[in-house]
Amino acid sequence: MTDLTRLSASAIAERLRAGEVTSVEVTQAYLDRIAAVEPAVHAYLHVSAEDALATARDVDARRAAGETLHPLAGVPIAVKDVVVTQGMPSTAGSKILEGWVPPYDATLVERIRAAGMPILGKTNMDEFAMGSSTEHSAYGNTHNPWDLERIPGGSGGGSAAAVAAFAAPLAVGTDTGGSIRQPGAVTGTVGVKPTYGSVSRYGLIALASSLDQAGPVTRTVLDSALLHELIGGHDPRDSTSIPEPLPDLVEAARQGSLGDLTGLRVGVVEQLQGEGYQPGVQARFEESLELLEEAGAEIVQVSCPHFEYALAAYYLILPAEASSNLAKFDGMRFGLRVEPEEGPVTAERVMAATRGAGFGDEVKRRIILGTYALSAGYYDAYYGSAQKVRTLIQRDFDAAFEQADVLVSPTAPTTAFKLGEKLDDPLAMYLNDVATIPANLAGVPGISVPNGLSVPPEGGPGLPTGFQVLAPAKADDRLYRVGAALEAALEARWGGPLLDRAPELG
Amino acid sequence: MTQMVDYADAVRRYDPVLGIEVHVELGTRTKMFCAAEASFGAEPNTQTTPVSLGLPGALPVVNGTAVEYAIRIGLALNCQIAESCRFARKNYFYPDVPKNFQTSQYDEPIAFDGWLDVELEDGTIHRVEIERAHMEEDAGKNTHVGGSTGRIHGAEYSLVDYNRAGIPLVEIVTKPITGVGDRAPEVARAYVQALRDIFRVLDVSEARMERGNVRADVNVSLRPTPESPLGTRTETKNVNSFRSVERVVRHEISRQAGALDAGETIVQETRHWHEDTGTTTSGRVKSDAEDYRYFPEPDLVPVEPSRAWVEEIRATLPELPQARRRRLQTEWGYADAEMRDVVNAGAIELIEATIAAGSSPAAARKWWMGELARRAKQDERELADLPITPAQIGELQGLVDSGRINDKIARQVLDGVLAGEGDPEAVVVSRNLEIVSDDGALLAAIDEALAAQPDVVEKVRGGNQGPVGAIIGAVMKATKGQADAKRVRELVLERIGT
Repeated sequence: MTDLTRLSASAIAERLRAGEVTSVEVTQAYLDRIAAVEPAVHAYLHVSAEDALATARDVDARRAAGETLHPLAGVPIAVKDVVVTQGMPSTAGSKILEGWVPPYDATLVERIRAAGMPILGKTNMDEFAMGSSTEHSAYGNTHNPWDLERIPGGSGGGSAAAVAAFAAPLAVGTDTGGSIRQPGAVTGTVGVKPTYGSVSRYGLIALASSLDQAGPVTRTVLDSALLHELIGGHDPRDSTSIPEPLPDLVEAARQGSLGDLTGLRVGVVEQLQGEGYQPGVQARFEESLELLEEAGAEIVQVSCPHFEYALAAYYLILPAEASSNLAKFDGMRFGLRVEPEEGPVTAERVMAATRGAGFGDEVKRRIILGTYALSAGYYDAYYGSAQKVRTLIQRDFDAAFEQADVLVSPTAPTTAFKLGEKLDDPLAMYLNDVATIPANLAGVPGISVPNGLSVPPEGGPGLPTGFQVLAPAKADDRLYRVGAALEAALEARWGGPLLDRAPELG
Repeated sequence: MTQMVDYADAVRRYDPVLGIEVHVELGTRTKMFCAAEASFGAEPNTQTTPVSLGLPGALPVVNGTAVEYAIRIGLALNCQIAESCRFARKNYFYPDVPKNFQTSQYDEPIAFDGWLDVELEDGTIHRVEIERAHMEEDAGKNTHVGGSTGRIHGAEYSLVDYNRAGIPLVEIVTKPITGVGDRAPEVARAYVQALRDIFRVLDVSEARMERGNVRADVNVSLRPTPESPLGTRTETKNVNSFRSVERVVRHEISRQAGALDAGETIVQETRHWHEDTGTTTSGRVKSDAEDYRYFPEPDLVPVEPSRAWVEEIRATLPELPQARRRRLQTEWGYADAEMRDVVNAGAIELIEATIAAGSSPAAARKWWMGELARRAKQDERELADLPITPAQIGELQGLVDSGRINDKIARQVLDGVLAGEGDPEAVVVSRNLEIVSDDGALLAAIDEALAAQPDVVEKVRGGNQGPVGAIIGAVMKATKGQADAKRVRELVLERIGT
């Protein structure tokens, strides 16, 4: 029998529907795989084997009884630890939430449970999603399945590594500045940041409310579409949720995989390539453009002059919102509580001691930045100016989308770097997200599709690169059409998925 | 400590300026940003959701009814209603604020630029300009346990009840209230009272002062003359009775005048009011160090009430207290002074209901402002708390109007009703108070009286009708006042044969 863990989610779903396998068999296969590779990869912070098997048994019974089930019923999934799950730890990678078990489910988790999908566990991440390498997790590093000495990207390195290591067929990530797409690029997986408001944020432990968006992490474009359709759509509990229904994403992915992009205008963003991009990354990008052109797309050059300021604006808006969002972690109601070592035990001193002990350095760094940026007298110069830049970036997108139906760029400027390499250089770390951040600032959707391997500057085996496609807000279907077309062309060329070329683990 | 200056002296030499911020808890079923119940008095921490507890991941959603109530308040205060407005976060760490920020409107209030005409007890009207009315959420409630005072200092530990956290509030902020001189305390009190009446009529809040549904922060400053620039103000927080509002203003004027006389500068600070001593004490100094780092709440979209909705709300606003008073005064034909007395006695509703029960406006006023006011004063209770209803007064007056009892008997009937003997009709029957209208019974009493006073008969026959009164009096006495005096007179004259 085929190794069930090597199948895509849609392939598993088909076999489940056909009665060729049971959800218990699939779930157990993944739990076995997790047991085998976790010592090397450490993608998970919590594995919920019993819960997952219980869900699998339930869905198998319902299927046997002839119930109509969701297309993904019985397909297991991993969830980033920043998403709250009732009865299951949810730490957001932070010591300050160690041991906290939420009393409620995020909306997207409710939908996953309602669909009958076994939740394998919670995946590792940079603390409160602050980082691009998962090294800022309070619970240890996650290792890139392509090279265990290297980072899996971040903040959602756990979700990406789990999917890349065949330790989950699907995962949920969150993307505030690239935390789904950049890990996707460096692990050879597909990652989608939906339009802001496309997936409910209710139950996402907030990093930056105006930027956060949950989305799929998968091995194929179609799988992402299937998961996006499940977790997306209006939620009255999130005021920023889009009321209109989602476009038909699965249909767009199926159409795209037929390989015909005739009439589609693909805009290459001048500012998101060239200097700072690893030569191999740039080369894979050019090759992918040729494939899109061969599929009938028209390639046009577009300029987004204000993208130059995106990183600077992002590192004012994000810390400002985060400084306020993270204020609730004070030891008063939930999570870690630390009393001062000496002196009176007042509320204020307990709050200070708890936050001092519970937050890591990167979190403290951003809280300090954000608090400063919002202070009286500095607000206009920092937060106010950053919001103006945000408007200019949105206008750049508007203008670019008049010339092109989608915009494209390399997802990340480099392949995965070594663990520890950039840990002491925050600015170098922040530059990983230079190509992904503009989409978050404008609220537009983006996808990263694996598009090849590139030998890192220091030599050695090739490492995955990603191709980013951006679409106008609410036109997420275009991501799937273009992504699926590129995926089909690349796999035809490679003779199979990129992940087939990853080294064996365990 | 500086010397307090006598109030009359203080307002002779200084011009007081007020600023009043009134918070009203809205009577919505659920909280401002979640579906937790907003009712009063439940067991601590039972009326919460992940949102009102500020749990990680929870998100706010604006309560549409709270927005409607805020618009009602804004319209009643003659405000403009914003076409688009946002919430902001007010960031500060305190255990009763579950998210460690309060979600409040800041620079974009839902209502702004209004006014309210406030009527003082003597009928003087003072227009108070309204700066803004904005929406926000309440904090939880801290209880400090141990120590002697119930205050945080010296407490062993503190408990927090989040039932109140997230209850919708509207805060109404006045522009500086100037030109009130020695009447500043009265204006402050009348303003807060007028707001309370409006909240009730609008049905946006129970507006019970004793529950803290309505709380006022009272700003007071003094300046040498009305032409001088504004002086430094103090803000006395959480004043929650009308009387206290008046006392706070009076106290602060005397205290600040004393400080200024002594050459001190007034510190801009919050102050606490002490009901028992009638004084304020210094709270925290307001300085630039207090930085709330306001920024627009990114979890909420702007509130954009459509103009059609605002007009619909305007069209369905109930009649406001002042307009209602004017209408009723015209309908009832009361003089200005009469109406003012009725208003000040809190008797409008009682009189209105009495009239509805069949009484004339004059009779209703006569009862409530006369005999009943006297009895209420005697018993030291409010008119409305007397054990008698407007319907019963209406019935009583009906008995007088139909001639079945007279005014004098009516008081006895009133005694019976107040004593719990039942409705007026029942009291008349059980006490046998109905007027004797049987001529036969009356004639017997008349003949007896005439026989007893033959001189009177002579005088009357001689053309002098004056002494008839003596006969009538004797008859009334004999019938224990239950005779119709007019009929007795007719019968007496008939009998004497004039």
